[in-house]
Amino acid sequence: MLWICLLFAILGVILGYAAFRFKVEGEPLVVEIEALLPQTQCGQCSFPGCKPYAEAIAQGKADINQCPPGGEVGVKALADLLGLDAKPLDESFGIEKEKKVAVIVEADCIGCTLCIQACPVDAILGAAKYMHTVIASECTGCDLCVEPCPVDCIVMSPIKPSVLNWQWPEPIQNRH
Amino acid sequence: MNFTWASAPHIKPRDSVSKIMFKVLLALLPSIFLLAWFFGCGVYINILLATSTALIAEAMVLKLRGRAVLKCLKDLSALVTAVLIGIAIPTLAPWWVVVLGTFFAIVIVKQLYGGLGFNLFNPAMAGYAFLLISFPQEMTAWAMPESLNVWLFSDIIRLIFSVQLPDAMTIDGITMATPLDVVKTQVAMNPYSDVTVLPLGIETLFAQGWGWLSLSYFVGGLWLVQQGIIAWQIPLGILSALALISAGFYFYDAQTYTSPLFHLLAGATMVGAFFIATDPVTAATAPKGRFVFGFMIGVLMYLIRVWGGYPDAMAFAVLLMNIAVPVIDYYTQPRVFGTRR
Amino acid sequence: MDLDGVIVFKGWNLKGGLNLEGHKDLSRQYSIINTAIPNELIYPLVDRSGNVQTALVKAGERVLKGQVIAGSKGVQGTLLHAASSGLVKENEWRMIAHPSGLKSECLIIATDGLDECCPVDEPVDYTQLSAADICEKVHQAGIVGLGGAGFPTAVKITPNNVRTIDTLIINGVECEPYITCDDRLMQQYPSEILLGIQVLLRALAIENCVIGIEEDMPEAIEAIQKAIECSGFNQIQVKVVPAVYPAGGERQLIYQLTGRETPNQGFPADVGVVCQNVGTVMAVYQAIVKGQVLIERVVTVTGMGINKPQNMWARIGTPIKDLVSQCGGYNGPIERLIMGGLMMGFSLPDDDVGITKATNCILVATSKEVTKSSEAEMQPCIRCGECALACPVNLLPQQIYWHSQGGAHQKCQSFGLFDCIECGCCDVVCPSHIPLVQYLRASKSKVFLKRREDEAAMLAKQRFERRDTRKAQEKVAQEQRIRLKKLALVKLQKESASSPVKMQDKS
Repeated sequence: MLWICLLFAILGVILGYAAFRFKVEGEPLVVEIEALLPQTQCGQCSFPGCKPYAEAIAQGKADINQCPPGGEVGVKALADLLGLDAKPLDESFGIEKEKKVAVIVEADCIGCTLCIQACPVDAILGAAKYMHTVIASECTGCDLCVEPCPVDCIVMSPIKPSVLNWQWPEPIQNRH
Repeated sequence: MNFTWASAPHIKPRDSVSKIMFKVLLALLPSIFLLAWFFGCGVYINILLATSTALIAEAMVLKLRGRAVLKCLKDLSALVTAVLIGIAIPTLAPWWVVVLGTFFAIVIVKQLYGGLGFNLFNPAMAGYAFLLISFPQEMTAWAMPESLNVWLFSDIIRLIFSVQLPDAMTIDGITMATPLDVVKTQVAMNPYSDVTVLPLGIETLFAQGWGWLSLSYFVGGLWLVQQGIIAWQIPLGILSALALISAGFYFYDAQTYTSPLFHLLAGATMVGAFFIATDPVTAATAPKGRFVFGFMIGVLMYLIRVWGGYPDAMAFAVLLMNIAVPVIDYYTQPRVFGTRR
Repeated sequence: MDLDGVIVFKGWNLKGGLNLEGHKDLSRQYSIINTAIPNELIYPLVDRSGNVQTALVKAGERVLKGQVIAGSKGVQGTLLHAASSGLVKENEWRMIAHPSGLKSECLIIATDGLDECCPVDEPVDYTQLSAADICEKVHQAGIVGLGGAGFPTAVKITPNNVRTIDTLIINGVECEPYITCDDRLMQQYPSEILLGIQVLLRALAIENCVIGIEEDMPEAIEAIQKAIECSGFNQIQVKVVPAVYPAGGERQLIYQLTGRETPNQGFPADVGVVCQNVGTVMAVYQAIVKGQVLIERVVTVTGMGINKPQNMWARIGTPIKDLVSQCGGYNGPIERLIMGGLMMGFSLPDDDVGITKATNCILVATSKEVTKSSEAEMQPCIRCGECALACPVNLLPQQIYWHSQGGAHQKCQSFGLFDCIECGCCDVVCPSHIPLVQYLRASKSKVFLKRREDEAAMLAKQRFERRDTRKAQEKVAQEQRIRLKKLALVKLQKESASSPVKMQDKS
């Protein structure tokens, strides 16, 4: 009996040492979760940005299926990371849409700066009483600027297919 | 003008799966004739039963899976599996053994895993192992070559379909142990005896037909290698492993262990090395990996033959190595041009 | 072959590769013809690698032959010259020479048939030019690699302090079936090519040059060999390589000729080699010795679908249909129109596409020569490994395909996805008729897309965080201001309370 206790004690010490010696330094969970989010900063998940949502997931305050821009792929990636079952997107937060960019119809813009204040990633340039414009390459397509515009001059336009963003299509599967 | 869009290369493909499978079947033909010559035309019935079962079963499952039935059957892969089962099963085995084995191979092992190209295990060998474990007695009923001279074709048909023997014959009277069975029994009964002189030499192998059969598989296999149908690394691995290990033990103690040549020519060594382990779907895929795959099969075969519970070991060795394929593939990636490894 | 001084390689010392039917006799025996001036010259303002060209002329302007009309910026910038005189039209969206078959913005010149030239520099003696002068002239002439990749030549030959170059390799290996433009160039202009080589050697300040030619071009080998004897440029060596596809791949050729393996992340310069295509050398000759800019190149127009296959000097920007009509037009039903070769060229949905500097061949193929897309019936991969045997860069295409099927495009990279040179050998030998190259290309596209998205997400995150901090700072600053104001107010009130008399006095 004593021997067994002794054996267990020794093994325990070894295990404890191993846990200390070979500790795997992982990134904090929040950082890992945030890396999987699309960084659209659209707030559709009900949190003011991707980081707050990541924090909420890490604390168990939010579910993993509240991010429409991330889509089903994003939900699956989160599920894999957190060891959960993937689930369909919660449609009360919105549905997955094709990515668009905001375009300001320049003739209609009155230079009110409301959209500039709404943009979460500072992708709109302009000053009071001067025409504003969207930096297309910085726009995340979050839609947040559309609502505040008093003259409805912002449209979300789909990204045009061109030789620059063209992708080789996969072969049509006429496999049996 | 309007032209069709297509991705390069635009050249026509050279080969097809059905051509490959057809050549494998062709390479098996001489051995099938030899089998019938030595062990009776029961082998034809076996093959006929196996192929029809395979085709019907495959068609059935394909239909259930909503695939184009004819297109899939045309690749001939089910036929190859069926013929391999047909020749692996004793010539006098009852009909339901063949049917059951083939059905298991095609439906469970092949189609339920996703069909051609997706099965983890070699269908023919999985079917064979299933039969060997379930029906050990029926699976050892190899006919005695000389006993068949007096048989009529109808007798064989009667035996296979109704398990009725011609008058004045017993199942023990017409079947015999294979040379590997004999070795197994002897070693088992006399493990520590140092006076045993093994009665089995190469002469027995050839006298009973097994030697000739192995040679015909060897020749057929070499033709397939020459045609570029099978990877030479796998048979080389199997045969070299088996020869090396058995030579080592043979020179250590020739009284207890059988000779390397015996191991190479007995049982399923040759058919396995050239026709079974070379099934590309379930084998390792990189050249180096294929040699490792074959070599390990050879090692396992020797272990099971000498110390295991079964006289022959091809099926188990192949199935065990099928499990190891992903690991082998992972560690035997070739060095890509322009990279350092 | 029993030519003196020619080194013939007996074997193929690379792995993989294929022996392909050449089909070169369709066009190789005919001299290169000149072509008529087309009505329109079409220049896309973006090239295949996505570099944007900026137009330097305005609509309505008249341009002369050889005048610079567009250019791209940056270290790898190139210039584009008008191939004939005429009026610049408004930019239009036209189909361009790109595998997508999509339309893109093009600069269009309506030619006036006068073919009026820009004033040309006096031809100079190249032996008097410095390396920097040569590089500058090559840049000014708008020369890019004419073998197909279109990499700016001036960048390749500009001296670099980091890497020492010791060998110039001239790629005369036309391993793609059907194409014979380099073959014809070597047969017809061997001494010009040798002079071009001399210029390049001077620019690189080296002596050593090897010309690699495929063994099934005996006339070209002989022509070059004779020219070397006549000119006395004995430091130029001719080496004959076996007719194995893809012997003409840059890295494959360098390995075959020198035994040096170009690192997969690096460039030929990393192993001391600069490799130039025969056509590029010809262009260098024309630019330096003759003072002409790059406005035309040799294009092979061939295939069973064309009436008179031949090689032609075509102006860059000439629509394909103009070339086709000068070759006797189409012959019977055409299955596919291919720009480039049978193995690596891309199909075009229309023939109203201008040729580019990288266009070496227009292949008009009938259904006898190419697979109909409806014929290609794909079967599951049986892992036979034929593709791996045929792969010249030693990949396992079957494994990459497997992982790409599972959507694991990142995993594909660990199997060397980006080392794939898209030569197409695996496709040809696949018994299951799987379009492996297309799968790999699609997989590459997806990895690129993911990379772009990740970068964009990273940027968005940074901008969001910066905005957050800025807002927080603004808030703090504002609170500070309010507090200070309140304090000031309180102080003011106190002061007024303590000295009411003064206040009253003042009032």
